[in-house]
This record gives sequence, structure tokens and C-alpha cells, in this order.
Amino acid sequence: MGKTKVIVGLGSCGIAAGAKKTYEKIQALQTAENLDFELKQTSCIGMCYNEPLVEIIDDEGHYLYGGIDEDKALEIIEKHVIQHEPLKDYVVHSDLFETLDDVFFDDQVKIALRNCGYIDPESLEEAEAQGAYRAMGKIQKEKLTADVIIQSVLDSGLRGRGGGGFPTGKKWVFARNSESDEKYIICNADEGDPGAFMDRSLLEGDPHAVLEGMIIGAYAIGVQQGVIYCRAEYPLAIKRLNIAIEQAREKGYLGENACGIEGFNFDIYVKEGAGAFVCGEETALMASVEGERGMPRKRPPFPAVKGLWGKPTNINNVETWANVPWIIREGAQEYAKYGTEKSKGTKVFALTGKIKHGGLVEVPMGMSIRDIVFKLGGGILEDKAFKAVQLGGPSGGCIPAYMADTIVDYDSVNATGAIMGSGGLVVMDETTCMVDMARFFLDFTEKESCGKCTFCRVGTKRMLEILTRITKGDGKEGDIEKLEELAYQVKENSLCGVGQTAPNPVLTTIKYFKDEYEAHIRDKKCPAKVCTELITYVVDDEKCTGCTVCAKNCPVDAISGERKQLHHIDQDVCIQCGVCYTKCNFDAIKLL
Amino acid sequence: MRISRIEQTKTFDVQNDEVDLSLLDPIIEKYKNKRGIMIPLLQSTQNLYGYLPKQAFPKLSKETGLDLSDMFGVASFYAQFRLSPVGKYIVKVCHGTACHVQGAKALTEVIEDSLKIKDGETTEDRLFTLESVACLGCCSLAPVIMINEETYGNLDGKGASKIIRNIRLEEKTK
Repeated sequence: MGKTKVIVGLGSCGIAAGAKKTYEKIQALQTAENLDFELKQTSCIGMCYNEPLVEIIDDEGHYLYGGIDEDKALEIIEKHVIQHEPLKDYVVHSDLFETLDDVFFDDQVKIALRNCGYIDPESLEEAEAQGAYRAMGKIQKEKLTADVIIQSVLDSGLRGRGGGGFPTGKKWVFARNSESDEKYIICNADEGDPGAFMDRSLLEGDPHAVLEGMIIGAYAIGVQQGVIYCRAEYPLAIKRLNIAIEQAREKGYLGENACGIEGFNFDIYVKEGAGAFVCGEETALMASVEGERGMPRKRPPFPAVKGLWGKPTNINNVETWANVPWIIREGAQEYAKYGTEKSKGTKVFALTGKIKHGGLVEVPMGMSIRDIVFKLGGGILEDKAFKAVQLGGPSGGCIPAYMADTIVDYDSVNATGAIMGSGGLVVMDETTCMVDMARFFLDFTEKESCGKCTFCRVGTKRMLEILTRITKGDGKEGDIEKLEELAYQVKENSLCGVGQTAPNPVLTTIKYFKDEYEAHIRDKKCPAKVCTELITYVVDDEKCTGCTVCAKNCPVDAISGERKQLHHIDQDVCIQCGVCYTKCNFDAIKLL
Repeated sequence: MRISRIEQTKTFDVQNDEVDLSLLDPIIEKYKNKRGIMIPLLQSTQNLYGYLPKQAFPKLSKETGLDLSDMFGVASFYAQFRLSPVGKYIVKVCHGTACHVQGAKALTEVIEDSLKIKDGETTEDRLFTLESVACLGCCSLAPVIMINEETYGNLDGKGASKIIRNIRLEEKTK
């Protein structure tokens, strides 16, 4: 009989949900009662909506418990570990019986996330047991040449997962063919898109997958030095990366004659970002590594020819690197089995917004947005009406509900005007205002524009001003046309991806939700009731009990009415602060 | 790390802030004569003082050979760097997409009210600094705030002001 394992998910999101307290509680109990079980940590399994998660593995099988706070932790240890009576009510996933939450896992194919949530990310042994560094072992044992490796990556059809979708193998060929005694590879972990956390989870959950991917890339391209550029907002990811690098050095996977290959000297270090969205753009990222302001440089010359410190450089993003070892290990054909004709393999999405099952999912390319939202995601919060999904963050766009059968692959998504992006998928319902959404993203890019190109610097500002005006009820006829014109100018005349894509959220919302813009401009109404200046608060005659709570709380004394009498809001005085709406206990304040 | 970088309206007497510059020596020693040191050098300095004191610049420049104007250029470009002192607790309210959709704006307003400062400012007792950040990467727990290294998810206004109140109480009883 093996020892029972109790595993607590300690990713950033789990910790935010209280998993650390759960862990400490179990630890304290174990020490106090001298209990015989193995307590371990893992990272995010993707089921963020059920955090904190505790998995118990015993002789029978595995049980994943969801929503385990400190009290429930004591309960499951008591019942399951001591008395061997699993508490099925709390179980969200198990290999022994079906649960309602199985739909979250059923259609997922985990390649990049293969070990996330299953291993202790700070243990090299556990990673190795799951196959880490076996691809490098294969390369060494079978003496695979660089050409064979690159051909495998080409055959797999892997495309850049950072959003661009450029074929990874091709990128490697360019960098390999550049003549130089000094070359670099970079892992872009500057995940800046608001609403996206795929890379964070991957780095926190399985850092060795990324390291091995980079080692394979370095060997194939002929590189001595690798850099991981990680945003400073991810302290846990940086910590675990540094632990993993140290372990890999000790074990000889990094350093001189790395992985036992004579003459292959390669090492990696982590460079912390300093908070600039534009540094996710490859040339700006390299400027930042060199210690300059993170401003993009003109291309050509491309990084493959002249990159970091003026030397040939290959940049791929976290998810791309994590796919590479799997491809080498299992074979390109195996990878290309998944996906569509031009987009092979899987894609990780961060599923958030107004959705029941928010979390991290990895699905084969070609799955429809509808399936992702309604099958994996469990549908819309409070069963409200599904309005749109936003893909690709500030560079992407909105895809409306009626186009939910669009499949996720690079070309289908691009055809809608959105982009695949790095994988942030934010779900919106009837209570999300699309004009406000566009304004939100423009506000972001306007602040994050590095200021190098005039059109991006000034154009986004002018666009933001117009959008702000519209959401405040001061929109004018012709504003939509002006926005469109500015959008094309900004796209055409910006040097890097930030400016070239910044207008996308505006263009797609105008394309699919023009009626909402018109309602704001012409009728001075916000159909989703989000833009405060455009909301009218009125008392519902039938529901008002005359309790006077609204009148007492109104900061400008706009509400009149005697006790037990119908109240009335004076629209000339009302400042639309919404206090009455939140304070009313009888739902008697209506929004018009 | 920014959404908005708002100028400090309440200015502290930064010039008279006692800053022990000798603390910088080991940092300078570590990075001297290497390339690409600008950002790590400034990051280490900020880790030391909580912000980049004006007095530190000439010393860093003189001893590492970095250009003063380049240093200021970098320090003012990246959102991470602060040029004025901050509170003991830095309250970062996430304004990522998911948090925005779930009401982050209202959360900032509540915290502004309970701290009696505006976004980007520091309380007079230098206990709290309020900041808006783009995304903390905990989107499924939106709306989220982070106080120093601690993250709090699934918040509403009440929850947020309770957390602030608790920290205040803790500080008072110390």
C-alpha cells in the first residue's frame, strides 16, 4: 500500500484564492497529529474557477477536490485520508467516477500544459519522471543533426504562439543560416496583454518544458546564450525559473557540453522586465535587454540577421518553446495530427470574463468558439445573453455571438478582424458595453505607446478622446467615420505591432456593433447600461415601499418622498452615481 | 505595470529624505563593467529604497560610467520605476480586461474613498500607495488587487475596504 498523496495547487491564482492558507492548515494538522501522508505542492491545473484545489491520490485512484478552504481542508483530511471515505460532494474530477466538471477536461488536449498541475514545479525529478529532457536525450543518443531537428519543427506545422503565427521552423532556419560566431535565443515571457495568463501558468507550472525547448532551439540554431525576458509582475514565475535553471545546470543540461553533447555550450539567464507593454514586441524587447528604453527598431534587418547586441537572434514565446520538446519526443506527425490544415497542434487559452468556468484550457486548433465558451467554459455567468468574445487583447478584436461558430485557427480568426493573439479570450455578455470596451483598450494602448511613431502616439490619443466623448454622451455625427479614418492611419504608419494593431478593438466593434455606437451618439443611450453618464435612474412604482433608504443615501438630495410613500428622483439634480441603485433592498430603482 | 502614471500631487520633501548612498556600493560592484546593466541596476536601487532617490543618480552615473541622461530616460520610460517615495503598502488594483469587465473601476473608487487619496498617490502617513496596473494575471479571480506580494481575488468594494481596514488596525497595534 503506497503512501497517500495530498497535493495542493499553489500557482499565483491558487494562492490568490487562498490555497496557501489551505496548504498551511493541512501542514499544521499533519504535524500536530503526526499523520502519515505525503503533502506536496503543484501548480495551476487550469481549473481556476474551483480554486483552491486539493488533489488526493490513494490506492483507489485520484480525487480532485475543488473550493477547499481551511475548514473543508480539515474535513477532507479527516474523512478521506484518515477514515478512507472520499467526500464525493466536493470532488470536481476523478478517474473513478463521473462529475459535472468533467466537461472542462473532456475536450482538452494537453501538450504545452502537459505537466502543469501534475508535478511539483520545483522538483526536477518529478519533471524528469514525466519526460522532461527526454527529447534532448533522444537528440544526444540518436545523434540527430540540427537539420533533422529543424525539419521536425517545420513538419509539425508549429506556428508562433505569441500571436504572430509565423512558422517556428522557418524562423529557426533564418537564424541558423545567419553567419556569426555569436548568436542568441530569447524566450519572450513579457506577457503584457491584459486578460491573458497562459505564459505565467506555464512558467509557474512547468519551467523545465520551456528550458528544454530553448536548449533544443539553441542546439539546432547554434547558440551559446539564451535569455528569458519575463515581466516583473510575475515574481513566482521568475523564482521558479531561477530554481529550474539552477537544477538544470547542476544536472548538466545547461553549461559546457550541455546534455552530454560534446562541444555544445549553452546557458540561460532570466532578465526581469520593468513594466512596458511595448517590450513584448521583439525589437523593443531586445533594446530593453540591452538596457535602453524599450523602443522598437526598424525591420529589416530582422532579428535573425541583426538582433540582440547586433548578433543573429531568434525569439519565440513561452508556449512555442514548451511545445518543442513534445514535438521532438513524440514526432512531428503526432503533433500535426491535431489542428486544421494551416494551423497545427493545440492552443492554450485563458478563459475569463463573464463565464462560469474561467480558467486555462488547451484545445486542438479548429475547435469552435461556441464549444470553448459553452462546453469547456460552461456558458455565461448567471445565464445572461452571450454577446461577444474578445480575442487577442489590445491588439485583437471582438467576435460577436452570431459568429461563435468561427473555429480557432490563425486564418479563420484573422478573417473576422480579430487576431488569435497570445490566447486571452474574454467573454462578454449583454451587460458589457462594446463602446466602453473599445475605449478601455484604446486607453491602454494610448498609455503604453512608446511614443516613437507619431501616428501611434498622437493618433491613439485622438481616438481615445473621441471614444471618451461618445461614452459621456457628447458624441457627434461623423465620429464613427473619423474613428475609422484615424484607425487606418495609425495602422498604416506605425513601425511595430503595437501601433499596427492598436485600432483593432475599435474597428471590430464598429464593424459588428455599430448600432451600439449609434445609440450612444444619436439617442444618448448606453444599451448595456454601463456608461454612467447615459443612464437614467428612475423609481419603479410597483416595487418602491417608501423605506427612504435611497433618499437618505443620495449624495445630492435628488430623491424626494415621504416614508411609506412612492419616491421620486429629480433628473435635473441626479448625478448618476448609482448609490440608490446599489442601496435599494427591493430592486425598485430601474435603469433606463 | 501602469495603466495610469499620475503625477504625485502631494509632494513630499524628497530632497531632504535621508538616503544612505553607501548602500549602493555592493550593487555597483556587482554590475560594474558589464553590458546591459542599466535596468537591473535601477531595479536593485529601487529594491533598496522603494523608489529611485534623486541623489542616487549622480553616484550611479559616476561609478558605472552610465550617462545621466540615459539613466533618467530609462527610469522615466518604464512604469516600474518610481521617482518619489511610496507607502509601506502598495495597493495595486488590477485593471486588466477581465477585471475591467467585472468592475475594477468601482473597486478603485472605493479604495480611493477609504484611503482618501487619488489613484497614483500616497497617504500622508506613507502607509499606502494606490496604483492601477494593467494585469496581474489572475483573471479568473477578477476583480483582483495585490498588496505588496499578496494577491486578493473575487473582491467587491466591501471586501476591499475590509482588507485595508485590517492592515490599518494591524499597523496601529504594532
